[in-house]
Amino acid sequence: MVNFGYTIWILILPFLMFLLLGLAGHKLKPKLSGLLGTIGLGIITALSYVTAYKYFFTSEKVDEAFQKLTAFNSVWLQLTENLHIDIGILLDPISVMMLIVVTTVSFMVHIYSIGYMHGEKGFERFFAFLSLFTFSMLGLVVATNIFQMYIFWELVGVSSYLLIGFYYTKPSAVRASKKAFIVTRFADMGFLIGILILSFNTKTFDFITLTSLSGPAITQTGGAAFMGLSVLTWSMIFVYMGGVGKSAMFPFHIWLPDAMEGPTPVSALIHAATMVVAGVYLVARMFPIYSIAAPDALEVVAYVGAFSSLLAAVIACTQTDIKRVLAYSTMSQIGYMMLALGVSGYGGHDGLGYMASMFHLFTHAMFKALLFLGAGAIIHAVHSNYMTEMGGLRKYLPITHATFLIACLTIAGVPPLSGFFSKDEILTAALHHNKLLFAVEYAVAGLTAFYMFRLYFSIFWGKERHYHHTPHEAPLTMTVPLMILAVGSVFSGFIPFSKLVTSDSRPFESHIEMAVAIPSVLIGLVGIFVAYIMYSKETAIPDKLATTFKYSYKWAYNKFYIDEVYLFVTKNIIFRYISTPIAWFDRHIVDGTMNLIALVTQLVSFRIRGFQSGQLQKYGYVFVTGAIALAIIFVYLWK
Amino acid sequence: MDILTLFVVIPVLTITAILFIKDIKHVRVVTAIGMGIQLIMAAVLVFMYLAARKAGASEEMLFVRDYLWFKNPNIHYAIGVDGISVAMIALTSLVVFAGIFASWEVEFLTREFFVSLILLASGVFGFFISIDLFTMFLFYELAVIPMYLLIGIWGSGPKEYSAMKLTLMLMGGSALILAGLLGIYFNSAPDGGQFTFNILEISKVTIPMSAQRLFFPLTFVGFGVLGALFPFHTWSPDGHASAPTAVSMLHAGVLMKLGGYGAFRVAIFLMPEAAVELSWIFIILTSISVVYGAFGAIVQKDLKYINAYSSVSHCGLVLFAILMMNQTALNGAVIQMISHGLMTALFFALIGMLYGRTHTRMINEMGGLMKVIPFLSVCYVIAGLASLGLPGLSGFVAEMTIFVGAFQHTDVFHRVVTIVAVSSIVITAVYILRVVAILLLGPTTDEHHEHLTDAKWFEKVSVVTLIGSVAGIGLAPYWLSTMIGASLSPLVEKIVSVNPF
Repeated sequence: MVNFGYTIWILILPFLMFLLLGLAGHKLKPKLSGLLGTIGLGIITALSYVTAYKYFFTSEKVDEAFQKLTAFNSVWLQLTENLHIDIGILLDPISVMMLIVVTTVSFMVHIYSIGYMHGEKGFERFFAFLSLFTFSMLGLVVATNIFQMYIFWELVGVSSYLLIGFYYTKPSAVRASKKAFIVTRFADMGFLIGILILSFNTKTFDFITLTSLSGPAITQTGGAAFMGLSVLTWSMIFVYMGGVGKSAMFPFHIWLPDAMEGPTPVSALIHAATMVVAGVYLVARMFPIYSIAAPDALEVVAYVGAFSSLLAAVIACTQTDIKRVLAYSTMSQIGYMMLALGVSGYGGHDGLGYMASMFHLFTHAMFKALLFLGAGAIIHAVHSNYMTEMGGLRKYLPITHATFLIACLTIAGVPPLSGFFSKDEILTAALHHNKLLFAVEYAVAGLTAFYMFRLYFSIFWGKERHYHHTPHEAPLTMTVPLMILAVGSVFSGFIPFSKLVTSDSRPFESHIEMAVAIPSVLIGLVGIFVAYIMYSKETAIPDKLATTFKYSYKWAYNKFYIDEVYLFVTKNIIFRYISTPIAWFDRHIVDGTMNLIALVTQLVSFRIRGFQSGQLQKYGYVFVTGAIALAIIFVYLWK
Repeated sequence: MDILTLFVVIPVLTITAILFIKDIKHVRVVTAIGMGIQLIMAAVLVFMYLAARKAGASEEMLFVRDYLWFKNPNIHYAIGVDGISVAMIALTSLVVFAGIFASWEVEFLTREFFVSLILLASGVFGFFISIDLFTMFLFYELAVIPMYLLIGIWGSGPKEYSAMKLTLMLMGGSALILAGLLGIYFNSAPDGGQFTFNILEISKVTIPMSAQRLFFPLTFVGFGVLGALFPFHTWSPDGHASAPTAVSMLHAGVLMKLGGYGAFRVAIFLMPEAAVELSWIFIILTSISVVYGAFGAIVQKDLKYINAYSSVSHCGLVLFAILMMNQTALNGAVIQMISHGLMTALFFALIGMLYGRTHTRMINEMGGLMKVIPFLSVCYVIAGLASLGLPGLSGFVAEMTIFVGAFQHTDVFHRVVTIVAVSSIVITAVYILRVVAILLLGPTTDEHHEHLTDAKWFEKVSVVTLIGSVAGIGLAPYWLSTMIGASLSPLVEKIVSVNPF
């Protein structure tokens, strides 16, 4: 038995770093706080790699399967006799893989930020928030129980809120951060309800018990049915709702493009590589339940993923803000991962989709972080986000150009880069499960290649624009992370995922299926070629196309007006037709009633007050009339 | 002298000291020292309580004292604490301590101000240590009356109107409570014998159902008025808006908890049969409170109104959880009382500090304060995050305990209202973030606000005390939850014996 007790430091260190930088950061020199944060993260990264090595290569396997190990677990809050929230560390193939992803990308982003954020106001605050985010994200991936996951789920949400709104004097950033938080919060409400239903029926939060094949979730699937689906299925759909929000799937995707208001390194870390894949991770974490006990919920996962990936790909083709293109691309790629999970079975080769999804999560983290950081270097150089204001940059930014090209080729699925392998596995899994979804994803693969190279050609080729000053390559702190991630994007495809990260933790044989690989590479090349024709030199084709398909172009450009629908619901319905009337009702009806009671009391007391006038004549008058009246009553009327 | 009585004696001594001080400047120092001692004593009490429990003391109440006060009716000065009252005492001393520092610069009638404030506090302390219904009621009144003076004299805006409204509505509640208490008293010996006001003794007998049906609603609504039960909550927005900072803090932070505590300790504990039978009415009312308060807060412009409506929502959740009547939900209710007490006190302290600088409480007249007064702004954000239930701060612990507890009921009615209550986490996020965005973020809108000074030392003491407690509970809730949980068992057993749902 290998001892993993030290892994607790992977959680403690970033938290301490957050406290240190958050409380004392403004007293340190900015450079020092950046350095401290980076060094701290370096240590955590090293610890994670050691853990990964020890877990995959030296830990004991039972029946060839990697075991789920609880490295640490402590009761945080006792709720009922059976239900208690623990804080702990669970090591299994996916959590160890996520440790690598999170720490690697976070480390790169830390180094990059030293250069990118240089001279910004709030430098130390930025690093404090990065530490908070890293802490939360690591806590999320190593969660031993679903409630711990929810806790850290909320914490990554708030870190994301803080970082999107980093430039807090900019109204658009403030709006974006608010939107991101509230939209995901709404989704999290579903997650919470899902947890409540699930935990009530299974009497546990613990992942190991929940996902165990003989556990209560999987064996007691009977349960009462509601609208044709079992209680368990409903709970899993609700849980998935949280994932939809965090992973920016339709219909909760609207926050992600706006979240690009945050500093670019943040977009790379949170909104591309790590936090937004939390939804995928959540489904993967609960996968045995989805797959065996709630296949209907898994179907939902697949269709939501496929639809989101198509929708995002179409929108991405029309956007001109490079970060937004990348944001939609992220959404589209996450759709791929969701779909892959959705079409996967459990165990052995059936679990191909699961493996492919995790594989794609891994490679995507590398190349999408690379793309964002590259975009950051470009924005740094030309001070604009719009690709219409860029062109011919390949001369000025050689390193950025080379690494960006590698990333674009990777995402387009050109062999032997890593994206090819992971995407190929996903398409294969889809083909064997559902032809319709396969067709959708096949088309999306083409679109992906097209919009990525549209981006690439417009930035680095095309007509050179008039720049305020000659663009220059970014400093070493920024280019080194680019190069490292480029290496990762090229080679991570050769990691034998089918031996390491599988649905039942047992290795299986997987191989490239030529019938899928060849057409998928071809459509990728077609996409690249079309983009080359349209954008490598300035031509009239894009404008002509836009005018020919005026309406569909306009719809896609305006993101199918989904934002407007949301705005209508929040502004008009909630604000104008619910809250305002409630506030009015409270002031005028409820409070009015109270005031009315007071008023009536006062009026009555005014009347009654007349009786106590203090005038002797009046008293005498009342006394005499009263006496006469009584006399009449007693003498004449009383028999 | 026993430790519990000290909680009433120290405030009285402090008041005496204040009355005899010549230099008006020293008043606040003496007050701070007195309440500082009180805070230390609360900490000592917590440790003594835990140590006694650990040593195996298994009585319902510890440190019990009982002195006959009045022969007929049978009134005693009877005191004692369990985990719940210990927690409430700790809360009270924290809020009072922070409140003193938040009103460090009261200029007008300083002496009288602090005397009234401490008088109020001693009433609250007395309420939490009493186990005799009549003594409890006495202290309750003692806490409510200084409120009238504090708002009427040191308040702002339509202060006479607000003070009058608040006092009258609470007095209306008191009348119901008194009727209820007397009802309980005269039914406390259904098998003959001496009537009693002692809670522990009454809890051993079963009050006849016909009496319970009458007196449960009376006491519950009576305490509910103070706990901001819909539709008897309207004293809250006006009262808070007019009250001076420390009074808002104490009122929302502690006094409103008297409502929840009383509803729980008197109404439910002594009359569980009627509670089970009639709870549905009040569950509906409290679920309305929760959502209605939150929606009401969305459109408000005055910071204190926002917080007042938010308190309606959060205190609604307290009563909601109490009515769920199982171990977990009740535990959540007590944690929510403490959590809400701390964070709403924090809010009101910060609002007072902002008002002292900008002379407005209207959010649309302020903007971009983060850049100018970062310390206070960051604290405001933290308070906001606590309020919307961020893990790591106390609100989350309370809400989750309540939701999980409420969800243990299997019938559709309870499920539906629980989901309604859960939806408040989203609405809360909406109004909190709206305020944060308008008030603190963005560019500074008013040029007069560009040269504001950040928190002074006494303001920092006040705010940091509260934030520390909020974070302390949020990060390590286990001991608090266990301390409260252990004390709930007698009640829960009693309810289960009535209604094993």
